[in-house]
Amino acid sequence: MRELDANQITQTIKRLCIEANCLLPSDIQNRIATSCKNEPWSQAKEILERIIENYQIAEKENQPICQDTGAACVFLKIGQDVHIVGNLEDAVNEGVRQGYGEGYLRKSIVRDPLDRVNTGDNTPAMIYYELVPGDKVEITVAPKGFGSENMSQIKMLRPSDGLQGVKDFVLKVVADAGPNPCPPIVIGVGIGGTFDKAAYLAKKALMRSTDIPNDNPFYADLEKTLLEEINALGIGPQGFGGKTTALAVNIETLPTHIAGLPVAVNVNCHVTRHKTEVL
Amino acid sequence: MANIHITTPLTQDAVKNLKAGDSCLISGVIYTARDAAHKRLCELVAQGKPLPMDIKDSVIYFVGPTPAKPGQAIGSAGPTTSYRMDAYSPILIAQGQTGMIGKGKRGPEVIEAMKQHGAVYFGAIGGCGALLSRCIKESEIIAYEDLGAEAIRRLVVEDFPVVVIIDSQGNNLYETGKANYLSSVE
Repeated sequence: MRELDANQITQTIKRLCIEANCLLPSDIQNRIATSCKNEPWSQAKEILERIIENYQIAEKENQPICQDTGAACVFLKIGQDVHIVGNLEDAVNEGVRQGYGEGYLRKSIVRDPLDRVNTGDNTPAMIYYELVPGDKVEITVAPKGFGSENMSQIKMLRPSDGLQGVKDFVLKVVADAGPNPCPPIVIGVGIGGTFDKAAYLAKKALMRSTDIPNDNPFYADLEKTLLEEINALGIGPQGFGGKTTALAVNIETLPTHIAGLPVAVNVNCHVTRHKTEVL
Repeated sequence: MANIHITTPLTQDAVKNLKAGDSCLISGVIYTARDAAHKRLCELVAQGKPLPMDIKDSVIYFVGPTPAKPGQAIGSAGPTTSYRMDAYSPILIAQGQTGMIGKGKRGPEVIEAMKQHGAVYFGAIGGCGALLSRCIKESEIIAYEDLGAEAIRRLVVEDFPVVVIIDSQGNNLYETGKANYLSSVE
């Protein structure tokens, strides 16, 4: 069995925290640039130009794109043939601690949801474990801002609500959010599973490159249709009106119960960040 | 659109001339405060104790910046979502605050206080913290250092770009901007 030192995981997470916060993924950059070119409303176009200028400065100066450097969401796909030497959870949190400290990133985590004392080092990370075949460990760090996280919603639809019910709910979430989540937004939709699995799917959907559609043609088509319908709402960049309300819709699905149709919508801002490395 | 230059403190005369949709450049002293600091400020008001800054004609920026790197005045510093301050803003507006900088919708209680006392709600571009930090020339913590990113800072800004979202008559760019765009594509 392959052995992997937990310290290697720490070092990788530390680096990914800093890189993810300062360098916007190329698929998101391309979508913002294309939207800017195609935006017919002049004030909206100006805002998109400032957004482009901002991520270019961040990349050049190695500075955080946004001051909300997020909750550190860490997705681990662990090969079942790898043995991690050391405490994995401690190693992940140490990586976040070092990355947020040395990278001059904001510490935004409170130790308890009601007493609200800041932990001072952005730990603990929000960790998602997945066991997969093989002997590698795939690590994705996704700093998640809460301006958009707060606009996310979940609903247990009835099976009879069907496709139209799903579409109506996604559009309602975007309309309710309006200017709050820093449009243009990226939408992760989780359909099926259980109450909690749907929410997890919605978050996982945001980890997929927006260049890659859902591998089921039906859902790939739904991603495109929903994006068009969202961009007909007129909310626009920052909510000041315009065509560009969303950059992409990513959908993930799971089998579900005969009685249920769970739908979760995880909203992300135009600073949709994630970086992956395989050890 | 031509930019309106504003120098703080933001007087009632200046407030009255600002209209929803105006692009402005703010220069002078502004203060940072977000959730936790607003809670403490309003507790001081309730106890009749003095505030750590001169609230009359002041502008408060809803922001929690990233730490400054060596040689920087401040780290990335874009606006946070304003509705979380809705419970507190009317109390501070009644004390004389005339300007707020944030992003996102405001509740009717805030808009009512803005109309009654004369205050304006500006929007800065959310998610543009690296760009906006370039207009912040000085930053000094003046209260609640224990809150970290949420401490109250006194900032000196130069040509800080904002748009009037809600003016002191209650006109709202979120309503008119969307409506104007939609009627243009009908």
